[in-house]
Amino acid sequence: MGFGRHMPKQKEWPDLPVKDSPADAEALRVIGVSRRRIDARAKVTGQTRFADDISLPRIAYCKLLRSPHPHALIKRIDVSRAFAHPGVYLVLTGKDLPIRYGILPVSQDEQALCTDHVRHVGDPVAAVIAREELTAFEALDLIDVQYEILTTISDPQQALETPEPRIHDYGEEGNIHKRIALEFGNVEDGFAEADEIFEDTFFYEGSTHLAIEQHAALATKDPEGKLTIWSCTQTPHYLHRALAKVLEMPPAHIRVIATPNGGGFGGKSEPFPHEMIVAKAALLLDRPVKICLTREEVFYCHRGRHPVLMKFKTGVKKDGSITSMQLQTLVDGGAYGSYGVASAFYTGALQTTTYHIPRYRFQACRTFTNKPPCGPKRGHGTVQPRFGQEIQLDKIAEKLEIDPAELRLRIVESPNTLTANFLTLGTVGLAECLRRVVRSSGWNEKFRKLPEGHGVGLACSAYLTGAGLPIYWNNMPHSGVQLKLDRGGGVTVFCGASEIGQGSDDVLAAIVAEVLGIDTFDVRVYTGDTDLGPVDLGSYSSRVTLMAGNAALQAAERARAMLAEAVSKRFEVPQHRLRFVQKHVFDSAAPERRVSFPEAICLAEAQFGTIGTVGSYTPPKSSALYKGGGVGPSPTYSYTAAVVEAVVDPVTGWVTVPKVWIAHDIGRALNPPLVRGQIEGGVYMGLGEALMEEQEFRRLPKKLSHALVHKFPSILEYKSPTALDMPEVVTELIEDPDPRGPFGAKEVGQGPLLPVMPAVANAVYDAVGVRIDEVPITPEKIVKALAEKKAGRAPRFGPSHFPPIHWPEALRVPPPWEGGDGQAVNDVRRQKKPDAEKEKVSAS
Amino acid sequence: MTLNGEEVDVFFASYKTLLEVLREDLGHTGTKHGCELGECGACAVLLDGKPVLSCLVLALECDGRNVMTVEGLAADGNLHPLQEAFADLGAAQCGYCTPAILVTAKALLDENAHPSRDQIREALSGNLCRCTGYQQIFEAVEAAVVRIAEQRNQLT
Repeated sequence: MGFGRHMPKQKEWPDLPVKDSPADAEALRVIGVSRRRIDARAKVTGQTRFADDISLPRIAYCKLLRSPHPHALIKRIDVSRAFAHPGVYLVLTGKDLPIRYGILPVSQDEQALCTDHVRHVGDPVAAVIAREELTAFEALDLIDVQYEILTTISDPQQALETPEPRIHDYGEEGNIHKRIALEFGNVEDGFAEADEIFEDTFFYEGSTHLAIEQHAALATKDPEGKLTIWSCTQTPHYLHRALAKVLEMPPAHIRVIATPNGGGFGGKSEPFPHEMIVAKAALLLDRPVKICLTREEVFYCHRGRHPVLMKFKTGVKKDGSITSMQLQTLVDGGAYGSYGVASAFYTGALQTTTYHIPRYRFQACRTFTNKPPCGPKRGHGTVQPRFGQEIQLDKIAEKLEIDPAELRLRIVESPNTLTANFLTLGTVGLAECLRRVVRSSGWNEKFRKLPEGHGVGLACSAYLTGAGLPIYWNNMPHSGVQLKLDRGGGVTVFCGASEIGQGSDDVLAAIVAEVLGIDTFDVRVYTGDTDLGPVDLGSYSSRVTLMAGNAALQAAERARAMLAEAVSKRFEVPQHRLRFVQKHVFDSAAPERRVSFPEAICLAEAQFGTIGTVGSYTPPKSSALYKGGGVGPSPTYSYTAAVVEAVVDPVTGWVTVPKVWIAHDIGRALNPPLVRGQIEGGVYMGLGEALMEEQEFRRLPKKLSHALVHKFPSILEYKSPTALDMPEVVTELIEDPDPRGPFGAKEVGQGPLLPVMPAVANAVYDAVGVRIDEVPITPEKIVKALAEKKAGRAPRFGPSHFPPIHWPEALRVPPPWEGGDGQAVNDVRRQKKPDAEKEKVSAS
Repeated sequence: MTLNGEEVDVFFASYKTLLEVLREDLGHTGTKHGCELGECGACAVLLDGKPVLSCLVLALECDGRNVMTVEGLAADGNLHPLQEAFADLGAAQCGYCTPAILVTAKALLDENAHPSRDQIREALSGNLCRCTGYQQIFEAVEAAVVRIAEQRNQLT
């Protein structure tokens, strides 16, 4: 009845393969077939239960009082009037939840409610729990807080210049959170060998996830006195850990249930104050407590794209080959650590994964500022330098008079390579991606050939298929799956992975169904529940398909082996002759000899007892042994190339994008429409960042508080592309299975966003001859750059200055081709005790 | 009011919006919210057949009127062709904007049985989706158009 092959009709026997031909044996019946995802019916009938859809008897509602000041000390809080307000059950302040937490072990700098120091407008100060949401809201006005205003640090430049007052009492010094300096090979020798040296400065503005679902959480004390919390989190495991720490409860007494996320994009991937608060309140009140943030509050939670100023210096030979690269980034972290140390490392970690860079120096500095904290947004930290690198390559290609696609094809990195910074690449389909988009877009007929105002631009990218290291150091699996087989033929998957809309539940069902020869709709998937499923680290760093997928594959293969043993005993045939197809197990040499899948389970249960299996996945050990080498390693990397067509009005500067061509090296598409949806969704979000989205701030007038406030914390003013703005997208999948992924699959959730922004910038240059070296590429910037061009000055809009930063001495790591072993030659601490000192920061 | 074809009587505080009454007093949580300020389109329902943002409609105004939500789309145990197409063609990713887009698309198809791609774009331009990039949504609406026409032909 459907449009796809979502429920293949069960065929009768004559259709089953009668010969044991390798083609039949290897044919995939679920994987790679366009199918209805297993949770689709729930979504189109409105039955998917998001966090705010859940209600319980005796429920109470929570509202948060948030700081109106960007930077202040709390001198006094009086909650007596609020507590006396009719209908109010409880008022909490910082002293009720004083223990610090944070997603990274090195940045335990958040409190559920600030005890003495607020660091951005929107920092939570008190919580009211009441019978009605409106009552809680009214009571917020009855809380009296006295603040002592501190100097506001509004941007990284000011943070560098203003060591006092400190936003945090940890970090490098003053308001510098983290400084990084790494050098792989002698970069200066590389510049000396170069025929040309290019130096360019770029700025990437911050943006936010804008998931349509606002954050919501519901906590309750269960009948045994333990805590259960439902929350739209991408990382139930990390929330579980943070709750145990903050509430000082054994993790065994806490159950976290990640509800399906109404969009995540990285914005729900760390523990939040509101989750701690409703948990505490539910325990104190012994009744369910729910909170749903307003859209304005979601803007204050943020954890979005870090604004990054960056400077690239790249040496090239006349043929385009790169001899050396230096990248410096200045990262605006906002008010808290969040994932920021990892984000800062990511602003330089993946430059080496696309093109061969023999020598590389990377320096980064993350500062604190009095703005909502930045964190991971789709492409985490790698988006900003990718923007700079791909525009600079366009400039290099023009100067060297080489076609930009040809230039990239010449320098594409080889598969199965160890890069200068010791990242181990898997399959690399970038060259094929490039060739495909060049062909499908008609690049050779368009580039530098379209009429004035029309242009095409090209860019490439790579992304992790899962962070190679866990956030907190350990040697345990990153993902686990338990499988239960029922006598009736039902198979149940238990896994900690959280479904954020990307289709990860369907991935697990598909892998299990393929291995066991059943239909995905015979598989039930329970995910994101810390009581039911083994740990999966969460839906971040594009890790679930590969890691939870491999765990599911292992569990399913173990179950299949048990069934095969039992069936082979019954038929007295060797196991290798058995096939699991269309809900049957049969002898490929004599297909009439068969049992149904439920019968096979019964045989196995009679032989082995209850049938349950487990699978787990641990990434391979990384070769990047230097301090900081925890960020960047991944089991394998995805690759993408995109061509964007742009039309620019030379008078108004208005940009429209009529069409985008994109090719993505996916390894293998497990369910093609879902893969396409991720790619087109990435293109969409990339166009938003390229052309309009910005997390901007402004000062209130002096006569008010002069506070630094969010310019527009509303969906109306924070512009994002609508159905009218979205261009036609031509999507191509490059399928060269990578042996590291389940059935060869690599990531798709994040990588396809990355080439879009630089491709737009390069297309604008092709259209009207001006370089816009920052996002968003707004009409105002184009008009200004066109005016510069007209005046005979550099036809450009973008930053010209990178501030002086006192960089620490670089850790020097000789690249593999200079005999390096992955360690820094000048890291005294690590040389003394190479195994004891473990890298604490990695992930996402 | 009539909700998805059934007469309902409900008592609620007079300040409540249709969105709140649907979700909190009538247990119809299929309708979502993303801003409660009329900006995102996630709360769209049909009021007398026309799409409205239920966060901007006072429930009191709906007395005696017909409200349709996503829960009313399927009939006789069968999904509406729009629902079938959305499910099969990847038009629902996280599914949060989906209920509102489905009813908005239904209103479009009720008025115009064969809309062009541009007419679909325009009809859905008030419904933000952060996941799909809209393309698979457009394709699903177009596939549903074909399916509905086929069903009509079978009946006649």
